Amino acid sequence: MTPDVAEPAEVALRAPAEIAALRRRRYAAERRLRLAGIAAISLALGLLGLLVVTLVVGGWPAFTQTKVRVDFPVERALVDPADPAAGNFRKVVQLGVAGLFPEATTPQELRAAGKILTPGTQFLLRNAVIADPSLVGRTLTLKVPAADPYDQLAKGLVDRATPEDRRRLSDADIARFDRLVAEGRVSRPFNTALFVNPDSRFPETAGLAGAMVGSALALLVCFALSFPVGIATAIYLEEFARKNRTSDVIEVNINNLAAVPSIVFGLLGLAVFIQTFGLPRSAPLVGGMVLALMTLPTIIIVTRNALRAVPPSIREAGFGVGASRHQVVLHHVLPLALPGILTGTIIGLAQALGETAPLLLVGMNAFLTSTPGGLTEAATALPTQIFLWADSPERGFVSRTSAAILVLLGFLIVMNGVAVLLRRRLERTW
Amino acid sequence: MDTMADTRSIFAVNLAPAPVKVAARDVSVFYGEKQALHGVDLDIPANQVTALIGPSGCGKSTFLRCINRMNDTIPAARVSGAITLDDVDIYGPEIDVVELRARVGMVFQKPNPFPKSIFENVAYGPRIHGMARTRGDLESIVASSLRRAGLWNEVKDRLREPGTGLSGGQQQRLCIARAIATRPEVLLMDEPASALDPIATSVIEELIDELRTNYTIVIVTHSMQQAARVSQRTAFFHLGRLVEEGATADIFSNPREKQTEDYITGKIG
Repeated sequence: MTPDVAEPAEVALRAPAEIAALRRRRYAAERRLRLAGIAAISLALGLLGLLVVTLVVGGWPAFTQTKVRVDFPVERALVDPADPAAGNFRKVVQLGVAGLFPEATTPQELRAAGKILTPGTQFLLRNAVIADPSLVGRTLTLKVPAADPYDQLAKGLVDRATPEDRRRLSDADIARFDRLVAEGRVSRPFNTALFVNPDSRFPETAGLAGAMVGSALALLVCFALSFPVGIATAIYLEEFARKNRTSDVIEVNINNLAAVPSIVFGLLGLAVFIQTFGLPRSAPLVGGMVLALMTLPTIIIVTRNALRAVPPSIREAGFGVGASRHQVVLHHVLPLALPGILTGTIIGLAQALGETAPLLLVGMNAFLTSTPGGLTEAATALPTQIFLWADSPERGFVSRTSAAILVLLGFLIVMNGVAVLLRRRLERTW
Repeated sequence: MDTMADTRSIFAVNLAPAPVKVAARDVSVFYGEKQALHGVDLDIPANQVTALIGPSGCGKSTFLRCINRMNDTIPAARVSGAITLDDVDIYGPEIDVVELRARVGMVFQKPNPFPKSIFENVAYGPRIHGMARTRGDLESIVASSLRRAGLWNEVKDRLREPGTGLSGGQQQRLCIARAIATRPEVLLMDEPASALDPIATSVIEELIDELRTNYTIVIVTHSMQQAARVSQRTAFFHLGRLVEEGATADIFSNPREKQTEDYITGKIG
């Protein structure tokens, strides 16, 4: 039975030197492969770095806001302490501006000077007085956001050497502003408005609060729908369903669903949720439902993978002591798969957070100057807010767009960080 | 081999015929199109250790997994023939497979404790079957099971620690404790010592011999020395068929079949 192991006489083996050369070529190929990998990673990191640097450089100015300290005489003649909301705050603002520039006498001059302050100044004043009616009859000193052109000027984004007729600010405007700077009335604190204000037509008072709340509400709906449905589907398919033609068809379709362009889900939301079900347009409820449809296949796929990764020995141990199938799944398999499921879910939600196209179709790109108060109120989301701002002509929105992208990226990084942290915390060895 | 002498002395006192606990009649198993087991007839006597030996892929594990219906968990597996436990067909319609597995415990090749505490590992079976009325009862079941598995003295002060933190041999004894916690009548062991070092193996083997007084044990093993050391009866499987079955001493000293002799003397396998 022993096979014939003797070499046939006519086989001429390669010389050792030749074999050594072959071996060197093998090593060279390995080095080339490694270099190609390093080059690819460097390229990817370089592009990512370029993106982040561009965003930071572009968005940096938006994190501060030029403000002008103005003393407003809140005269009793203009504001009734019993009903401050009805007061003539436009006049109060005019008085404040006149106080800044005593030499300006003509209405034209005063009007031009008034444009240094944001057009929303009278509302800021009104809110301050409503909050504290005892201010009536006294002088209220407020730091008012400077209007966008002056904000740009203060940040050095306006080239003073440009001919006057090609600038938005005339020489007289610049001289007035420079005087305020010289008087020490101009400051540039951190732009809290970016985080606490809703959207506005004026860049200097526009903020992301509405978009952040809208995104949070939509994600909440998305999570509440896709997490339980996705996990239940995955458990059924993985642990209970018989493997046959039907389960194959379902499996293929779930994988296909994950590849459907997101705008199609938006159309579905528009046609079904809004047209047929009559749900309100622009609402985080509908946005969240559409995002849930998109996230569902991701969650199903990661959950199935996590369930499959649980070693069969654990299932056998459960069955071996007489646990029923649902006990094996709920007591043993699911807890072990949970870190993977949570990580996948958070990554799915992060994807949903950055999704724009389906939200555009369900109307979550409306211009709204208030923060949404509930699931059915009109709202925007962070990516649609970025889309809106990128479309705005005011120069102040250029940097604010970059800043909003940085905020969105920040949320994504935090979510992915939480995913990593959860996996580290919950992962158990067996 | 001095262990052979030991086993012979054990047989001397155990040759009296024992009542049949598990009986297999014409059992065949199919995995899809492939037939893994061909018409096996085997009687397993009560309170004895029956060893199933044979080369890899011979069907001995497949047969073992028929006895507690673990093959049910494999979608493509199909079992024909009859297996009775105390003269009741375990594949009959009135049998609850969950209850069957409480009566027929199983220990696997690789120690597979749950990633929970030592206490929870042993308490799990009694808990899901609702065996203990009070917490105290549950604790005494856990303690007695760990004692019977010879693990109590090593773990009694750290019942709250994870079972996966024990050594391989301790983990396997924990799995035995888990299996006997549901008060089974039959204990199935699928190569329980193959992943363990020789010292842990001998501890497990001694334990098997002690457990025999309370349980009917069926053990699959690759090691013929182990079969000779721990079992009273041996069944030799080859290519999905039961070739020969009898008292361990007879199988090892005086096999009837040529195939058995070839395997025992190391010519096949």
